[in-house]
Amino acid sequence: MSSKPPAVRLADLRKSFGAVEVLKGISLAAHDGEVVSILGSSGSGKSTLLRCINLLEVPSSGEVAIEGEVIRLRQTRHGTRPADRRQVDRLRTQIGMVFQSFNLWSHMTVLENVIEAPVHVQRRPRAECVAEAEAILEKVGMADRRDYYPAHLSGGQQQRAAIARALAQRPRVMLFDEPTSALDPELVGEVLRVMRALAEEGRTMLVVTHEMGFARDVSSKVVFLHKGVIEEQGTPGEVFGQARSQRFKQFLAG
Amino acid sequence: MDLPFLYTTLLTLLPGVPLTLKLAFSSVAAGAVLALLLALCRLSGVWPLAAFARAYVFVFRSTPLLVQIFLIYYGLGQFRAVRLSALWPILREPYWCAVIALTLNTAAFATEIIRGGLRSVPPGQIEAARACGMGTALRFRRIVLPLAVRQALPGYGNEVILMVKATALASTITLLEVTGLAAKLISETYRAIEVFIVAGAIYLLINFVITRIIQLLEYAISPHLRPPPFPVIAEKGGTA
Repeated sequence: MSSKPPAVRLADLRKSFGAVEVLKGISLAAHDGEVVSILGSSGSGKSTLLRCINLLEVPSSGEVAIEGEVIRLRQTRHGTRPADRRQVDRLRTQIGMVFQSFNLWSHMTVLENVIEAPVHVQRRPRAECVAEAEAILEKVGMADRRDYYPAHLSGGQQQRAAIARALAQRPRVMLFDEPTSALDPELVGEVLRVMRALAEEGRTMLVVTHEMGFARDVSSKVVFLHKGVIEEQGTPGEVFGQARSQRFKQFLAG
Repeated sequence: MDLPFLYTTLLTLLPGVPLTLKLAFSSVAAGAVLALLLALCRLSGVWPLAAFARAYVFVFRSTPLLVQIFLIYYGLGQFRAVRLSALWPILREPYWCAVIALTLNTAAFATEIIRGGLRSVPPGQIEAARACGMGTALRFRRIVLPLAVRQALPGYGNEVILMVKATALASTITLLEVTGLAAKLISETYRAIEVFIVAGAIYLLINFVITRIIQLLEYAISPHLRPPPFPVIAEKGGTA
């Protein structure tokens, strides 16, 4: 098992929107059980980087591999496109994503949101999915809200339901795109607690965040992005303790 | 008020109700399917499809329904090719001509209603569906269409009511639905006021029922828009 490929591997990833190059050659690996925190000021490309992993943004060039499987891309007149949509859909079922703005399906209850992908995408037996969903909702503290609609929940509750929805896919990797940035300050804690618990379970997570406490205490690797390049990376101890980059020091100083 | 006459008028016009309903519902149903296809064309991003849908809506929404009915019923029969075609048995029937005209007409309006519904679906919810591996068809069926329908239903209810009233124009091509029977009765009795009051009342009643059905439907599919239920007691203890 020593040769097990990393859960996520990015090699020389580039992404341009029109003439603007947002990512300028990112190489990064997240191994099983690692929690990678991605930091950076706004416009640094950190959300784009995360969205390239599950192809919500298609990289302009470079390589994305999930558990060693390279996502095949092809060049078209309109830019880079996935070569095989079914490969992308299949790999996406192994990647749970949590959005800044929750993006729960508003016409479904919490429970329906959580079982949607397992039942309709992964085609697992409904009863099994419901039982598993209830256990997951229990874990994120949302069991008593299973029959609520998203509009009837606080931001923190919605985000915990969205985490449950991602977990229900039985993902190999979890992506968090600024999961607490849209929350009122007093609701941040409940979401971070859930995320800490997931990290302690040994889940592989990539987290774009502004929560320095989380990055410092929970992650196994911290990546600082500036203008589309990785300026600083290492363990939290290395990065926060002896940052080499002047920009990262400025970023930390606020 | 001549109550006995009103009563006999009612008895004369009621047999027209099934035809009125048949015209309305078959054209609304067929029009909805056509409109969904046209709306998808319009939003497809493929310019020939989008241009076709746009032109269709423009033509059928901007010309009088009565003109469309006349063109199909009187107009098409002038062409020898049409009279010789396999479609002639249908196109010479006033009933089918009315259904076709009503369908084509309602489809134009419904296309715009459905397009608005589809465009109102929050992009974030579509993105969440993509992120969990849903393909285009599944995403459309499970996420996009249900959300679009919820948005479009109030506007669509309007269109259904308009269509019920529009069936009255079918009387101009010999169909004896409610208005057709009314016109016939007037030509026999010369009592326009009473007969049209009864005819109007029948439409009022039909649309009253339809309004209620649409209201019920709206209520049934929008629990997420109502105030939250009483706090649900946890079935299994959880923290909240």
